[in-house]
Amino acid sequence: MSAVMVSRKVTRKWEKLPGKNTFCCDGRVMMARQKGVFYLTLFLIIGTCALFFAFECPYLAVHLSPAVPMFAAVLFLFVVAMLLRTSFSDPGVLPRALPEEATFIEMEIEAANGSVPAGQRPPPRIRNVQINSQIVKLKYCYTCKIFRPPRASHCSICDNCVERFDHHCPWVGNCVGKRNYRYFYLFTLSLSLLTIYIFAFDIVHVVMRSVDSGFVSTLKESPGTYPFDVVICFFTLWSVVGLTGFHTYLISLNQTTNEDIKGSWSGKNRLQNPYSHKNIMRNCCEVLCGPAYPRVSTVKGRSPIAKENGPTPKSKSINPTETISNSKEQDPTPKEKASALKERVSCSKEKRQSSKEQGPPPKEKASAPPLASPDDLTDTFLEKERVH
Amino acid sequence: MIHILHRFFFPFLQTHSLQDLRQQAPVAAKVFVQRDYTSGTICQFQTKFPAALETRIDKQQFEDTIRKLNSLYAEAEKLGGRSYLEGCLACLTAYTIFLCMETHYEKVLKKIANYIQDQNDKIYAPRGLLLIDPIERGLRVVEITVFEDRSTGPGR
Repeated sequence: MSAVMVSRKVTRKWEKLPGKNTFCCDGRVMMARQKGVFYLTLFLIIGTCALFFAFECPYLAVHLSPAVPMFAAVLFLFVVAMLLRTSFSDPGVLPRALPEEATFIEMEIEAANGSVPAGQRPPPRIRNVQINSQIVKLKYCYTCKIFRPPRASHCSICDNCVERFDHHCPWVGNCVGKRNYRYFYLFTLSLSLLTIYIFAFDIVHVVMRSVDSGFVSTLKESPGTYPFDVVICFFTLWSVVGLTGFHTYLISLNQTTNEDIKGSWSGKNRLQNPYSHKNIMRNCCEVLCGPAYPRVSTVKGRSPIAKENGPTPKSKSINPTETISNSKEQDPTPKEKASALKERVSCSKEKRQSSKEQGPPPKEKASAPPLASPDDLTDTFLEKERVH
Repeated sequence: MIHILHRFFFPFLQTHSLQDLRQQAPVAAKVFVQRDYTSGTICQFQTKFPAALETRIDKQQFEDTIRKLNSLYAEAEKLGGRSYLEGCLACLTAYTIFLCMETHYEKVLKKIANYIQDQNDKIYAPRGLLLIDPIERGLRVVEITVFEDRSTGPGR
């Protein structure tokens, strides 16, 4: 037996993750690459609320009640917390298959399809599964080399498969999936409330001041506030409230935006949603108060097998220290590549559609409450024995 | 002489420590037990006995292990009073409570890790097998590494 070289090399697992994500704070923060719109969102929220606190709150606190700015502050902090939680959390990214697993799946597919005559297109890679007496098709992801679980989808922007994929939201700079959907919903809900609150008190402030000193002089006293605050609030109101309403509808039916856009459970061909509990309260409870799912894309600790071969084989795998005993990674045929490309194009089209529907800008202000659960990601060659 | 006879006749009674296996035994094959989606998206694994393990382990033992894992995952993902309470409390604190408190799911994952370690030590390692915790594979598969049988493999 060859003696295996054992060395301790500390590499963070998130550093080796394939996919187009950026990481911060030792892997605790995970976002998409394009963050420009997220910064805009932050600016709008901070800007609008700063103007409200600076110009209107002093008057309202004195002439109405100090509870007004206090409640606004609490709401603002909650909005920011939810935004940052949504943006920085892992949405439920599925790690890609390691070479042995990919080979195993390929062999199963070949066994199922039998031999395909040369020149003929191989059948599409689909697995049928029966869920609650409904046949659901599981598609094969050529990038991640796995059969996607039900409700999972591949995000072409982040280049990851995400569980219970809802949509990729540029306003939060991240995908919305299983792990962060409730934070996203609470963000839109609290932002709607904040927008309504600020808009209402803007009006109250104008009215109260106008009663005291006339409408025109009121506008002259705080020239910057009114156009900016009121206009932003007005447009934000309709879009964010509409978005919240849409997601409330989806939650009550236990559907995702992705499924709604594709019309998966629209009732055509007698397809019913197999995930719905047929009870609005139960659906809401499951989505909003369900268990807090763990992060699976990067996991603490264990390298299962000490490294015997050289460095990582060609595909980027999450754990390159795995021994490859008999991996034959097959490159997809041109036809498979074409269908994978079609898949990506249709995904990105859907995303564009869905992001149009999500509508315009939330206001945001951020201070930084801490976020997603930390996973420490030290990768060692020799797996440490667990001592009980 | 007795030592050689012992090794020849009783290969499976040798204690294969996990360290031992991982460092020295060559891997013969890997078996991947897939997810079972018939009950929806909750984490369950198929109890179908893989052909590659037929010569190595008893079918009943394998099924018991998978069923126990399934019940543990069902416990982690159970929707009930406890999960609702945890969710509401967390929401009220803007989810900052998870900085000091472990979630129910994380607690059950630790239980699962201990269970797998225990199964490996008692049942799988002596048979030249190794269960990999599904969390390390994204909760997609239960990977079972089949090491070469030391009694029939090349001598060291």
